[in-house]
Amino acid sequence: MTFLGIPTASSTGHLRAPRTFPEAAHDALGNAQLRRNLGDATATIRAKRAGVVAELPDWEQLRAAGAAIKDETLAHLDEYLIQLEEQVTERGGVVHWARDADEANRTVVELVRAAGADEVVKVKSMATQEIALNEALADAGITALETDLAELIVQLGHDAPSHILVPAIHRNRSEIREIFLREMAGVDPALTDDPRALAEAARTYLRRKFLSAQVAISGANFAVAEAGTLCVFESEGNGRMCLTLPRTLITVMGIEKLVPTWRDLEVFLQTLPRSSTGERMNPYTSMWTGATEGQQFHLVLLDNGRTATLADPHGRSALRCIRCSACLNVCPVYERTGGHAYGSVYPGPIGAVLSPQLTGVEHNPTLPFASSLCGACFDACPVAIDIPSMLIHLRAQVVDAKREAHHTPTPEAAIMAAAAWTMNRPRWWARGLRAARLSRFVRRRRALPPPLSAWTASRDLPDPPRETLRDWWQREGGVQ
Amino acid sequence: MRIAVFATCLVDGLFADVGKATIALLRRLGHDVDLPLEQTCCGQMHVNTGYPREALPLVRRYVDTFARYDAVVAPSGSCTGAIRHQHAELAGAAGDATLAEAAREVASRTFELSEFLVDRLGVTDVGAYFPHRVTYHPTCHSLRLLRVGDRPYRLLRAVRGIELVELPSADACCGFGGTFALKNGEVSTAMLADKMRCILDTGAGVCAAGDASCLMHIGGGLSRLQAGVRTVHLAEILASTESSAA
Repeated sequence: MTFLGIPTASSTGHLRAPRTFPEAAHDALGNAQLRRNLGDATATIRAKRAGVVAELPDWEQLRAAGAAIKDETLAHLDEYLIQLEEQVTERGGVVHWARDADEANRTVVELVRAAGADEVVKVKSMATQEIALNEALADAGITALETDLAELIVQLGHDAPSHILVPAIHRNRSEIREIFLREMAGVDPALTDDPRALAEAARTYLRRKFLSAQVAISGANFAVAEAGTLCVFESEGNGRMCLTLPRTLITVMGIEKLVPTWRDLEVFLQTLPRSSTGERMNPYTSMWTGATEGQQFHLVLLDNGRTATLADPHGRSALRCIRCSACLNVCPVYERTGGHAYGSVYPGPIGAVLSPQLTGVEHNPTLPFASSLCGACFDACPVAIDIPSMLIHLRAQVVDAKREAHHTPTPEAAIMAAAAWTMNRPRWWARGLRAARLSRFVRRRRALPPPLSAWTASRDLPDPPRETLRDWWQREGGVQ
Repeated sequence: MRIAVFATCLVDGLFADVGKATIALLRRLGHDVDLPLEQTCCGQMHVNTGYPREALPLVRRYVDTFARYDAVVAPSGSCTGAIRHQHAELAGAAGDATLAEAAREVASRTFELSEFLVDRLGVTDVGAYFPHRVTYHPTCHSLRLLRVGDRPYRLLRAVRGIELVELPSADACCGFGGTFALKNGEVSTAMLADKMRCILDTGAGVCAAGDASCLMHIGGGLSRLQAGVRTVHLAEILASTESSAA
């Protein structure tokens, strides 16, 4: 039992970007194949989503309802979590609490060992990606097999997911064929890049694993506190196989994934599939409550920076996120860089606000700036998370953290302070603008010094006017 | 009605013609227009880059400068969005409830140009003449912060001589994003490249928008390409007449 309300130490796992966003984006932008794959895929999902969202006359009310349910849950998270624990326990499940990724991984490894297994099948799960569970299992000599097709492609390709919902979005089918031929034991060497043939190869490969696995590991899209019911949404049926066949099921779930009642699920059953895959209803919705006779069920409740996020009134609504990835698909920055540039398991706009909050902004200081603040993410979010405002809030935290860390202001801070000082003194401002006119004679081309060189690398500067607007006004503007 | 123009810092210093056009247009529609010289900047650059403290005096300056006018008109969806969505909140966060209330009040009388013309003045035909093939980029903050919707298009459709052509993927960001264009210059450039491709696909000779900032970015890219497409602010098109047509 952990004490909620006391922000935990910073999180661990796959949340900290090893490189700055601009550095990582540089590589992605230079990869023409990746850019094309991403552009095509996001455009397709965007159009599909727009179509099915437009079908619902009450979409805006559903968004508001989703936001309200999640906010209510977060406001009383302690009570609902205890209720969930009681319900799960009463129905034969075992609940474990994990403060961070290390604790969660240790718990899962011990449970798999206790079940006497050295191989587990997995349902695609963001929480287990977040805590780097596969790596922890591998260190303990346990093989974890991803059973979601895209996740399997990523795993076999020794790659990292690039999208919350479509982890292999950055790969096209000929690349997938090559990965299968190289990595998948027993695959037909005559395999073509026909999607159906690729899916069939994966199906045959996975079927053997489903039938032999003793332990399955899943995440959870939702948990119903009043009933102790866990819920997974998926499209391929692999989740259902994992959730029913093995004797032991271990679910790792972030503590924010709750809804209070069964009735609350109704909203998300409509908004999640429409927002994520552009479908009216997702193909497989599996729900389970406690353990069936002869089987074991363990629920690992993961904090990993969530209570710290909850403690920030401006940032906590990021915990409403239902991981639909609608914000990724509409984000112009994500569309050009892909998920790897974000350096965390949570890419795109939601990643740019969630990762720095889970880790503390000092560990992901460039992510809040990885946005042009165009606002498309806010419009697309089915739980109405105001991501642009949150990005701005986190940017101020980053600047404050730098102020505290350095005694002398950064060049940027000095420029901002000087600009603000001048802008608050119209006479100085007018003089400054007049001085800028002199740059007409410098001409406008390439060789400006940093940071302005970032502008002139690809864009000309405008020719300043001969006369500023205020000078014109003083000369003759008052004249009608 | 005492109308003040909030020119924005960018228009004041770099795009004086946009400010002159805004003033000329409002005068042509029969209004007294003032350009109070105590104005400087809305502070959005500071807020959006993580320096809200530095922006607070600019909020106070904006309120002090414009409180005495019946309406404030800005040729910028982005700055109007900042005034409406950031000013009162900044003051509130700094614990100044009086300033927050005053900022809210002035913001409620601050309009982006197309909003002001269509909603406050009730005009869509402003008597303009602009004989060019034009495509319109709606700009993110006009589109999503202000929800100006089709107001700019209604104004443009009433312009005589204009050939308005639809911009593919119009609602996609051009990649400017204030200091984003510098901090993530390469991503910004990639977004700009796609925007320019869409503009060139239309065959238009003019790309118009309601924000000088986005136009500076798009225009800077088109100039580098030597693409022969110029960028023009909505105010400049609406201010054009047969005698003054550029």
